[in-house]
Amino acid sequence: MSAANDIPAVRVWQLVKRFGDHTVLHGVDLEVRPGETMVIMGGSGCGKTTLLKHMIGLLSPDAGSVELFGSRLDELDEDGLDALRRRFGVLFQGGALLTSLTVAENVALALEEHTDLDAETIDIIVRIKLEQVGLREAAGRMPSELSGGMRKRVGLARALALDPEILFYDEPSAGLDPVTTAEIDELIAGLTRKLGVTSVVVTHVMESAFRIADRMAMLDAGRMLKIAPRADFEAIRDGEPTGDEQADLIRQFLRGDAEGPMSARRTLDGYEQDIMRAAEGG
Amino acid sequence: MASTHRRNAVEFLGAKLLGGLRWAGGLSLLGRETLRWAGRGVVHRRARLRRGTLSAQMVRVGVRSLGVVFVVQSFIGAILALQMAAPLAQWGQESQIPRIVGAAGFRMLGPIITAVVLSGFAGASIAAELGTMVVAEEVEALEVMALNPVRFLVLPRVLATFIMMILLTVIADLILAFGGYAAAWAALGPDVYRGYWDRMRDQLAYMDFFTGLIQGGVFGLLIGLIACFEGLGVRGGAQGVGRATTLTVVYSIVAIGAAALVCTMIFYAFGL
Ligand SMILES: Nc1ncnc2c1ncn2[C@@H]1O[C@H](COP(=O)(O)OP(=O)(O)O)[C@@H](O)[C@H]1O
Ligand SMILES: [Mg+2]
Repeated sequence: MSAANDIPAVRVWQLVKRFGDHTVLHGVDLEVRPGETMVIMGGSGCGKTTLLKHMIGLLSPDAGSVELFGSRLDELDEDGLDALRRRFGVLFQGGALLTSLTVAENVALALEEHTDLDAETIDIIVRIKLEQVGLREAAGRMPSELSGGMRKRVGLARALALDPEILFYDEPSAGLDPVTTAEIDELIAGLTRKLGVTSVVVTHVMESAFRIADRMAMLDAGRMLKIAPRADFEAIRDGEPTGDEQADLIRQFLRGDAEGPMSARRTLDGYEQDIMRAAEGG
Repeated sequence: MASTHRRNAVEFLGAKLLGGLRWAGGLSLLGRETLRWAGRGVVHRRARLRRGTLSAQMVRVGVRSLGVVFVVQSFIGAILALQMAAPLAQWGQESQIPRIVGAAGFRMLGPIITAVVLSGFAGASIAAELGTMVVAEEVEALEVMALNPVRFLVLPRVLATFIMMILLTVIADLILAFGGYAAAWAALGPDVYRGYWDRMRDQLAYMDFFTGLIQGGVFGLLIGLIACFEGLGVRGGAQGVGRATTLTVVYSIVAIGAAALVCTMIFYAFGL
């Protein structure tokens, strides 16, 4: 392998993030290798979106650092960051299409703004991108006329417009029915295979996670519990409880069981909060 | 007890003042960014506004306000004429009515009332639009596509409110003058309405008109900036959007009042 391939596509180091006095990320580490699909799992509110937004330069860390392609985001100026942003694409949770533009205009936006291509060429590229997500016939429609799943596909086509090296996905299957979820997963896996892009996917839907992941990372209450190949997580999921608190917690999450260390902790938290509230009231 | 109350009141006022300063600081930062992108757009082809965005924003900002400006300003013109008729009649100076309509209307009521109307229509709708975009992560989507939201969203909207405020002020002045004429014709007799237009032209200085336009432009900039600032600052879903629209109108009206005072002081100091 060449030297360039030794540089991780994404490197998160000891990332700490606070909102007010609420610490959301407690020193998170993560490396994503070029070409792999990394799935970050975790319950809602555990900090997945916050972590993702650091990786794409929308949030800046209180401590620690984020590197893309070997350059630290906090050391880049505005133009440097913009140059880097042309090398990755992001699919937001709801698609985040500009509602005032048509589907085709949404996909064409970055091409018009960042390249010198003429209108005809852009038109062809837009059609190719829409074809890749199976939506060529929707080009002239407005985002408001599309279903949730279609909007995400268009969002994906838009993210693909500049032929990115990394694709970031925030909850690609949230709010979709199981069949549409499977289709989107298929799309993600297919794009990774065909285009050789690196993918970072945040999700709490386990079927999706196991369908698309090469490696998986388990985030819990702002801490990284485990990063391992998919097979390791499958083994935990399909194995018996071990008595090890951490492994059992992961196992419960992967299986979606109602009983386990996770629920025990939740009851405990609730108890603490009740006491705190009583103390404040008194 | 009384001293704690007083301290609480001082703390409250202090916190309000600090909040106000922070708000004004944020607003002027956005203003500076907008100016920077306007400058970059003049220099770099790459940073220009997309074709059609400015005109679309101007139509959206201006058209809805036009009807209300029409109605309200014709009332104001009539009110000015009628209100000044009695005191001026005491000194036999009814012929000065066109001058009063022009001075009070063109300098102050034309731009101010138009700005209030515009903040209610255009300001509120810009804040709601941008707030909804924030909630739907559209603004972040622009950022990660390396499309600066200030250049892409704020600049065309602020330019549109600026230009449309100036145009609407011209229209408001015309309608005001007609309102005054109509009132004079209907209620005040031939001494007033005969030669109304000639006297208006003779008695008014160009500055009565231009100071109004300058203020209109300032108000337009403020409305656009405040609406964008509040819209882009939305946190927490639909509730946040509703709050931003209300605050936009309230803050705009306060800012319009403050800016009118500052402008008037400057015009006064320079004898304009
Ligand atoms: N901008 C923000 N301001 C304050 N708190 C935030 C903000 N963004 C996220 N949070 C809080 O951070 C925690 C993690 O949020 P998030 O990363 O969205 O979780 P997830 O995506 O895993 O569901 C939540 O408790 C959320 O309330
Ligand atoms: Mg999330």
